[in-house]
Amino acid sequence: MATLKVPAHVPAPSEDAEQLRKAFEGWGTNEQLIIDVLAHRNAAQRNLIRISYGEAYGEDLLKSLDKELSSDFERAVLLFTLDPAERDAYLANEATKRFTSSNWVLMEIACTRSSYELFNVRKAYHARYKKSLEEDVAHHTTGDYRKLLVPLVSAFRYEGEEVNMTLAKSEAKILRDKISDKHYNDEEVIRILTTRSKAQLNATLNHYNTAFGNAINKDLKADPNDEFLKLLRAAIKCLTVPEKYFEKLLRQAIVKLGTDESALTRVVTTRAEVDMVRIKEEYQRRNSVTLEKAIAGDTSGDYERMLLALIGCGDV
Amino acid sequence: MAPFLLIALLLVYLFTLNSFKAKKMGHPAEVEVLSKALSGIGVDEKSLVSILTKSHHEHKRSIRRGCSQFFFEDERQFERWNDDAIKTLKGEFKRFKDAVVLSLMHPWERDARLLKKALKKGPQQYGVIVEIACTRSSEQLLGARKAYHSLFERSIEEDLAAHIKGSERKLLVALVSAYRYEGPKVKEDTAKSEAKALLNAIKNADKRRLIEDEEVIRILTTRSKPHLKEVYEQYKKISGKSITEDFEAELFLKETIECLCTPHTYFTKVFDTALRVDANEDAKKALTRLITTQEAGNFKGVSAKFAHKIEERVKGAYKDVLLGVLARGEMNGQV
Repeated sequence: MATLKVPAHVPAPSEDAEQLRKAFEGWGTNEQLIIDVLAHRNAAQRNLIRISYGEAYGEDLLKSLDKELSSDFERAVLLFTLDPAERDAYLANEATKRFTSSNWVLMEIACTRSSYELFNVRKAYHARYKKSLEEDVAHHTTGDYRKLLVPLVSAFRYEGEEVNMTLAKSEAKILRDKISDKHYNDEEVIRILTTRSKAQLNATLNHYNTAFGNAINKDLKADPNDEFLKLLRAAIKCLTVPEKYFEKLLRQAIVKLGTDESALTRVVTTRAEVDMVRIKEEYQRRNSVTLEKAIAGDTSGDYERMLLALIGCGDV
Repeated sequence: MAPFLLIALLLVYLFTLNSFKAKKMGHPAEVEVLSKALSGIGVDEKSLVSILTKSHHEHKRSIRRGCSQFFFEDERQFERWNDDAIKTLKGEFKRFKDAVVLSLMHPWERDARLLKKALKKGPQQYGVIVEIACTRSSEQLLGARKAYHSLFERSIEEDLAAHIKGSERKLLVALVSAYRYEGPKVKEDTAKSEAKALLNAIKNADKRRLIEDEEVIRILTTRSKPHLKEVYEQYKKISGKSITEDFEAELFLKETIECLCTPHTYFTKVFDTALRVDANEDAKKALTRLITTQEAGNFKGVSAKFAHKIEERVKGAYKDVLLGVLARGEMNGQV
């Protein structure tokens, strides 16, 4: 469930656009006003505001925001204002440009979005970058990472709840055999993880646990330094229990020396309208402190206020 | 006087004998019409109606006796249908019905069903998977994937991945999963380097099978069609040959490139194979598939090239469909 708070009576898009314009005018910027508007509108409403702003002032709202804002606050506002499909396309494209942890962003997007959401990302990617998502991912990855990530971003998984238990048992066995032989990048492992429906995967992995005594991720911890294994475990988490994946990501982002703003911003802006309620519950359960407190303790200023607004703090 | 009489009698006798023989061998006219009506592709319904409605019992018997390709003498003294002939006929009569059903079907359902059928039939039919994945637009392929969910409660990629065991698995799964960019923008530098990469893969084909080469798969299954056409051109420039020639040994790769870069060549090939005298059932089915699933404009020029063969080999209502589709293609081309 979403934590985004939208007022009962929402002003017309043109009024919101006008307010935002006012926030940019004069000396400095009225950041609180920006938060009051943009952090309290859903995706459809934000799209209308962008259109209205563009018509009224002849400039893309995002461009104005880019001019007026800076640093972490700017990134949070820009990311959140974008339409979810566009946002994911932007993050994915960014991830193909840099190195290391970029594979994680690609995996995260591919595994936690629904089939239709993922396809909308691919459409948005065409429109924005004049290329396909899979061609960029394929071009910028190699070896095992390419083997895993290209099918992940190209998947259009069946979304029904039907489960075939015979299949679940046989595929659990296949996974067990490959993992025991340490063939983590085996084609069969990749096949099962990148093509089966989420319901089917859940059944398979539950059976794995029952039949072999360990959760699959425990068995995949054989080599703690293997980066590919880490990615594989994370992918499995994303496909089956995304809120636990996001909780861990948040925890690591906040508890680290300093803060990993990139991860923190990404999780909050991409999940505020999806399942932030569950993530918050998970966070509190795991850390015995609310997410609000953790974020407040680790960030400050407008950036902090933006994040807190998105996770549902304060009034509308 | 007597020799003339003798000769006259002989002539009369021979004439009677001949006409008796002629009766025994059936009416050559109908036998030939029947054989013609039931040969080639499709069935000449009009001729058949005319034979059957005009023939009475004795007449039919003489037709049976004259048609050794369809009937044989059973040990218990009756002219019996050849089972294989009936099977073949069933296929030919069915051809028009298949064309009707496929033609009216929503393209998404059609492609989903064709993909499922091809997968079920096995490796000889995997070419159909290549054809569909590579000749449809990105939106059409997405539609087929959606319809597949509805019809079979699985995704196409999971079924392909689970059932294809050979080295072509990677290629085929990647082909149906693609959502290629459809704009005209092409980077010439990238096309050049990718043409080189393909050439490199050919050179090392003895060490590593082309169909398992990561770069070959990447380029063919993710790049846009305009880009691949540019790669095709660049390849010709640097190697003097076409990619299709060099990939001759790997059928699926060859067809992938043909369908993506030179679809007209592929369509012409299908027509040619289907219209041969020794064409098998799969070849003929391919023809039906093409004329009911492809944009008629893609066949521009085909009707002229194959007009004679079509006249000779294709019959009845099916022929009308074929000619109609080709005519529409010619028209579209002129608009």
